[in-house]
Amino acid sequence: MRAAFVETATALLAERDDIAVVLADISVGPFERSGAIAAFPHRVFNVGIREQLMLSVTGGMALEGMRPIAHSYTPFLIERAYEQIKLDLGHQGVGAILVSIGASYDDPGSGRTHAAPEDVSLINALPAWTVYIPGHADEARLLLRDAAERTDKVYIRLDATQNSSAVEHPSRLTTIRSGLSGSPLVIAVGPMLDRVLAAAGDMDVAVAYTAAPLAQSPADLAATMKGDDLIIVEPTTAGTSLGRIAGQLSDRPRRFLGIGVPLGEHRLYGTVADHEAHHGLNATGIRHQITEWLS
Amino acid sequence: MTPTHSNDLAPLHRLLSRLTGDEKHNTGAHSTLHVLWALYSRVLRIEPDNPHDELRDRFYLSKGHGPHAYYAVLAAHGFINPDMLDSFGSLTSPLGHHPDRTLVPGVEIASGSLGHGLGLAIGAYRALQAKRLTTPRLYVLIGDGELDEGSNMEAIQVAGRLRMERLTVIVIDNNSSTYGWNDSIGSRFEVEGWVSSNVNGQDVVALATALNTAHDRPHVVVAHTERSAS
Repeated sequence: MRAAFVETATALLAERDDIAVVLADISVGPFERSGAIAAFPHRVFNVGIREQLMLSVTGGMALEGMRPIAHSYTPFLIERAYEQIKLDLGHQGVGAILVSIGASYDDPGSGRTHAAPEDVSLINALPAWTVYIPGHADEARLLLRDAAERTDKVYIRLDATQNSSAVEHPSRLTTIRSGLSGSPLVIAVGPMLDRVLAAAGDMDVAVAYTAAPLAQSPADLAATMKGDDLIIVEPTTAGTSLGRIAGQLSDRPRRFLGIGVPLGEHRLYGTVADHEAHHGLNATGIRHQITEWLS
Repeated sequence: MTPTHSNDLAPLHRLLSRLTGDEKHNTGAHSTLHVLWALYSRVLRIEPDNPHDELRDRFYLSKGHGPHAYYAVLAAHGFINPDMLDSFGSLTSPLGHHPDRTLVPGVEIASGSLGHGLGLAIGAYRALQAKRLTTPRLYVLIGDGELDEGSNMEAIQVAGRLRMERLTVIVIDNNSSTYGWNDSIGSRFEVEGWVSSNVNGQDVVALATALNTAHDRPHVVVAHTERSAS
């Protein structure tokens, strides 16, 4: 997905004078190879290993009417300079696009310092952010273009894992597999779709997909549900979106399960597959969690 | 230090009193007052009837606490209605104890938490470069205590190395940094490629002269004032 991001951002820089890319050493190589740095020296700004400055610069560019895209590794983009996100964008009343790579543990050998399953929870704690978690490179292209057209604050979280194919309208809630009346609904977020479908197998569950779990209207959520059980499977901390979604479905009692990375100071290395197995986030683990909960 | 041009500040006394409730206002109680007066009366090219002019000079008050002097100067220069001053600090007043750009005409950034203004200015500078607007100058006011925040160092390094020559930082030095700067705030900037000046922070003419002097590198003006000032 990073390649899709760099290619689309480079195209946007060429198409629009108000697009800028702000970097803190991460992904400078890909933007050099895309030609963006040579072609737009003032609009691709690498500030070095200075994340506070990266985000303040993003805010300053937005104050001057630009549509900046700040990009780094997940924990360095979202966690390291969180107050700059809160104040230099939100409190200034300006918009911007943040794009991360690294997801929850895309560089597992690097351990906890490079892991950030909490990122979306942090962004969701701030007002008026739009969060996109694309499940495929083509969705990442589409959602970056969508974000460029908007003027608000958008966070796009890119994952090294993707589904076998893209969903046509990733920011909406799309029913992938209908259930019977009363069937539990499983919402797969971003890169979790393929393994959710594999986990669902012959179970009596409906499956829906979105890259923007908090952008769905209560009416759409209610219409997609066939019963009163909702399971949301996210690549971030378990239950990241659950509180807000449950709050939107408060018209009658329902049951909710959030599947994701368990909150913990995980001191784990190995591979991405090792982490998924450990956290119960591969198809087998997800099936097990759903079965246990429904039984 | 004697306010060398106290007559200059006369219009501010009554405005400050509306903010503080004190009848006899001591302008010396505000560390930023003379710098702000110098900026708005003798330096900044900015008009209250066209506050978003693309070619205006930008002034970022990064040291947002103790904004009485700022509001008084904005009122004296026609950016805000002086009647607004009476509401200072009330629940729905546009004028809080830290200024908010979305509430107060003429205020370029919302500040209060220290160490944000200079980084924002680097971004604005870069945006102006991208638009090939070479007329606007950018001024950022910070405090010597605010300089403790490491985010300033990130910005000072990059502005110096990229020779952002239309950027001027004013450091109000009222000795409020806990560990101090060994009397050499300017050297922190110089080593990163800036020009530095030291000026009496209550001498409006000397401040204006320093702030209007063009350089081929970013410029820091260290404005020395007494402690006690907010």
